[in-house]
Amino acid sequence: MTLALALPAGRSRPRRARGVLGPVGWTALVLVAAMVLLAALAPWLAPYPVDQQDLLHPYAGPSPAHWLGTDATGRDILSRLLWGARTSLGGPALVVALSLAVGLPTGLLAAWRGGLVDAALARVLDVVFAVPGILIAVLAVAVFEPGLTPAVLALAVAYLPYVARTTRAAARAQRDLPYVEALELQGMGGLRICVRHILPNILGVVLAQVPVAFALALVDLASLSFLGLAVQAPAADWGVLISDTSALLQGHPEQAVYAGLAIVTTVVALTFLGDRLTEGRPVARARKEKR
Amino acid sequence: MTVRELLRTVGAMCVSILAASFVVFASLYAAPGDAESVLFGSTTPTDEVRAAVRDQYRLDDPFLVRYVHWLGSVAHGDFGTSFVGGQSVATRLGATAPTTLALVGLAGLLLVVIGIALGVPMGLRPGRVDTVLTTVVAVVAGIPTFVSATLLIAVFAVGLGWFPAYGADGLRGLVLPALSLALVSSAMLARITRASVRAESGREYVTTARARGLPSRVVVARHILPNAAGPVITAGGLLVAALFAGAIVVENAFGIAGLGSLLVSSVNRQDFPTVQAISLLLVVVFVLTNTLVDLAARGLDPRQRRRAA
Repeated sequence: MTLALALPAGRSRPRRARGVLGPVGWTALVLVAAMVLLAALAPWLAPYPVDQQDLLHPYAGPSPAHWLGTDATGRDILSRLLWGARTSLGGPALVVALSLAVGLPTGLLAAWRGGLVDAALARVLDVVFAVPGILIAVLAVAVFEPGLTPAVLALAVAYLPYVARTTRAAARAQRDLPYVEALELQGMGGLRICVRHILPNILGVVLAQVPVAFALALVDLASLSFLGLAVQAPAADWGVLISDTSALLQGHPEQAVYAGLAIVTTVVALTFLGDRLTEGRPVARARKEKR
Repeated sequence: MTVRELLRTVGAMCVSILAASFVVFASLYAAPGDAESVLFGSTTPTDEVRAAVRDQYRLDDPFLVRYVHWLGSVAHGDFGTSFVGGQSVATRLGATAPTTLALVGLAGLLLVVIGIALGVPMGLRPGRVDTVLTTVVAVVAGIPTFVSATLLIAVFAVGLGWFPAYGADGLRGLVLPALSLALVSSAMLARITRASVRAESGREYVTTARARGLPSRVVVARHILPNAAGPVITAGGLLVAALFAGAIVVENAFGIAGLGSLLVSSVNRQDFPTVQAISLLLVVVFVLTNTLVDLAARGLDPRQRRRAA
């Protein structure tokens, strides 16, 4: 009689706890979703083109024609905020997506192989982690030239350790569980176990880090645009809108205040969302305690 | 902690700094912009001048020779010659570094004082005040430095005229920049302090101490605070180091002539020797602080000490 063990078709996934968000988390989620929606629909929602000047009405106050008023050259501030949301939110989204795309496989590889590969990767990640993202981005901008692309790529490298470390820690904990051993004994390849079984089990823990990483990347990228190193001046990134110092010195801080408010609202909402998502997750908690 | 352990940590730190120095040098070496076009601009130099300049900046040497030479000179405090104005980079660093150090020092002081002064009472007394403060702190932690800098300028410099808006003039000019620099980090430190104090207050030894009839003041000062200090010191060290990165933004927002504004203007002018020098300095600061904080945490916590041995 032969012992036939069919490879399990389903995935080894624990049941997800429901209601992790709570009222605060849901409010934060709705706020973030609203911001993203506004950014996506900017071409249809914005009352004016992003760079339409009206030199006869500089620094106009709020009016039915211009809900939030106009800037030094009579451009509609509301329209510029809406258009600016596209790079201000799209940039960090790209940063997070790129660091996930590289960080997940890196973390899985380190956890699966262990030993020298793990140690070498940990060393590299430690060095990157020690250097703030903004410095890496400034260096990248010096090498290439000021612009959104080098800044996004550099920040993706800077945020790689966050993703890779969380992935490694979570995958490491799964590595020694009986189900992985069972799958190995049944002759399943390492890649397939990682992708089909370990990855779905740890994805929740890793994705829970996304809101906070997104918020950090948003601040870094807006800071770079503020410095004139990422999105460049005529464009309407939130960081660029705040960097208009001549308006500020002439006593017209409105544009900076609105853009600042947009940034702070998004960042705070993302932080609250991230807190709700990481709370009570064993891996995340262990990682926090370790630091 | 054994001596071997210490040596290993310091060795790893040196390797990290060396690796970072290589990346800093190599990335700027590989930059598409040609050093000559930056140096001469639109003017066409004579062959002798060109040869002399190429010799001065060692543009004809192979990459590795230049790297080793650069590393050697840096070790002797010579950071090369700036592409802009022909000044030595060390002179430019010397002119700007004190301002940055003063700014970061002042901000660091604010950060530690505000963070702990807010965090400890929040951690000790759960209740409505704590809930309100937690929310306030969470919101403040979400205000990026360049936003707080802009708002501070708008209110206290342009609106009220209490402080100069741009350009530091002594300590008074550093007040607003330091405040804006410290704001986010102090909110983060307050959160960490609160969490740490709260966790320790719930431990059994605190109950025991109270049961023995010790006055609350003694329980807090002699038992809770020393035990809660570990995470606060770790986070505080890292946050103070991160102030140097924040200084890049704040110095530019307030027009202060420090390392950060020099870095950004050098990036815009493609003054690679200056960018290399400042990047290296900052990386050394970050890696050094990380290592020190790591060592301090291990030294302070007997459990970690035992685990390491």
